Amino acid sequence: MKIAATGRNVVTLVLVLAACLAVVGLVALAFGGAHLSLREVWAGLRGESSAPEASVIVRQIRLPRVLLAMLVGAALAVSGTALQALLRNPLADPYVLGISSGAALGAIVALWVGGRVATASPLVAFGGALATTAWVYFLGRRAGRLASYTLLLAGVVTASFLSAAILFVLTMLSTRDVRGVAFWLMGDLSVVTESHLRVLVPVVVAGIVALYFFAKDLNVLLLGEEEAAHLGVNVAWVETAIYLLASLLTGVAVAVSGAIGYLGLLVPHLGRMVVGSDHRTLLPTAALGGAIVLVISDTLARTIVAPAELPVGAVTAVAGAPVFIYLLRRTAGS
Amino acid sequence: MGQGGRIHPSHNEQRQGAGPDLCVSRVAFRHPHFELFPVSLEAQAGQLIAIIGPNGSGKSTLLEIVSGHLKPLGGSVRLDGVDLHGLPPHERAKRVGLARQESILLFSFEVREFIRQGRHPHLGRSLFESGDDERWVDWAMQQTNLAAFAGRRILEISSGEFQRAVLARALVQRPRLLLLDEPTANLDIGYQIEMLRLIRRLAASEDFIAVVVTHELNLAAEMADFILLLEAGRCLGQGSPAQVLESGVLSRVFRTPVAVDRNPSSGRPRVTWIAP
Repeated sequence: MKIAATGRNVVTLVLVLAACLAVVGLVALAFGGAHLSLREVWAGLRGESSAPEASVIVRQIRLPRVLLAMLVGAALAVSGTALQALLRNPLADPYVLGISSGAALGAIVALWVGGRVATASPLVAFGGALATTAWVYFLGRRAGRLASYTLLLAGVVTASFLSAAILFVLTMLSTRDVRGVAFWLMGDLSVVTESHLRVLVPVVVAGIVALYFFAKDLNVLLLGEEEAAHLGVNVAWVETAIYLLASLLTGVAVAVSGAIGYLGLLVPHLGRMVVGSDHRTLLPTAALGGAIVLVISDTLARTIVAPAELPVGAVTAVAGAPVFIYLLRRTAGS
Repeated sequence: MGQGGRIHPSHNEQRQGAGPDLCVSRVAFRHPHFELFPVSLEAQAGQLIAIIGPNGSGKSTLLEIVSGHLKPLGGSVRLDGVDLHGLPPHERAKRVGLARQESILLFSFEVREFIRQGRHPHLGRSLFESGDDERWVDWAMQQTNLAAFAGRRILEISSGEFQRAVLARALVQRPRLLLLDEPTANLDIGYQIEMLRLIRRLAASEDFIAVVVTHELNLAAEMADFILLLEAGRCLGQGSPAQVLESGVLSRVFRTPVAVDRNPSSGRPRVTWIAP
């Protein structure tokens, strides 16, 4: 309990982190092929720029991408936080249940059959995520309710089967397509349209708000399913709801951005170090923290090898692996 | 809300009718490799009941049934006249607390946060604890002598402190029926006695029924108002310690010759293992 879970503290925490996110977002808008000053960014955002091209760069090129990074980062971090508590496994991340593999297989099959990554594939990828979610849910049920260890094993096995299927389809694709797929598998925020955002904003916001209503149940679930039941939690219903909400958040994020690694694993742990394990403070911290981390990562991905671009998943993995090892050593030491 | 005793006017009125506060009648259960034959039990608030018996005799199964969590194949459990198995989980958790030593704790809560989880059934639709909830947490931490440990991490305290934290978490539920599964496991004799004295004292002052599953026959003999002896899913006897703790039965049930005499200071039965 680094920060006590009271309503007032949560509001303060959200306001402070949202202000940080706004600053990070503004700075991210300034970076890119053409470097803009913060004043130009501000003017461009308000449409009052003296240089019309700056306004176009800010509002039509960079802003959608920064917003996408915020939404995907928040969705993945919140989903990871919820799944770590649900599966009672600190190594759980949004992909542990095979959702990203399902989405990837959908996207790649769409490409193979003749679509283009840019157009139809988010929809097909989301279909793949939904199908995997339903399948793992079906496998993970024991005696009419979800059993966390069965669910975890079902997810891991399904993910490895789907990965094999992805490799199989990859061998059928042309070299040019394979490069696009590789970007997608690493996670990539470069393909963004306004229609993506129009779907993503309400789904991600609603998903996170809905999960927040399960925050105190997530706390009790950390004590174990039996203990939660004795403390009055309707475990079967709560676990199903959390699983479906976390899967929905992951599914929409993966469908538009591919599988961005480490974010959903690490941001929850970093959040616990800052605010503690109470989900009433942890979930909003993860949401805004995930958004901040992904905006920074994507800005780096856009700029460090400019004019070329890295897949943002490469940046999160390169930064995430050392952070993970640090956390591991720190935990092992204490 | 007093810091000491709590008055239950409604319960006291009910008791004028002289029915038992807890009425377990002929509950039975069957696992694939184990059967619990019908067991009955009655208790009044303020009493401490001990369930004893060898490993695998059905003690924990009986406790799960009495808690309302495990539905028996037959029979019923009534607390203040209410059928526990007919209640939704959050209503049951306001009346029944279960304290046992969990093995897995994923992320370390602070001691106070851990104890506060016991208020969960009382939160209702509210997302956060009220001042009243926090006062009950203060009260339980005082009773269990944990006030000084509030900010310590739950994984870093001793097993004696952890057992008390588990008890405190059940106490903040404000139960009418408190079930304890081996509350003295892993404790030295001093902590064992302190733990059971505390449970006894609180059962009387807070007016709840305490049911303790234990392997410590002499502690049960000293502290319990009532003992129930299980073997292989059958109730072999229940009554006062003097009635149940009989050397012939105990020798057979625990497969070891024992002698039972009187503890000179309390007059209660005293069980001694006879070396072969």
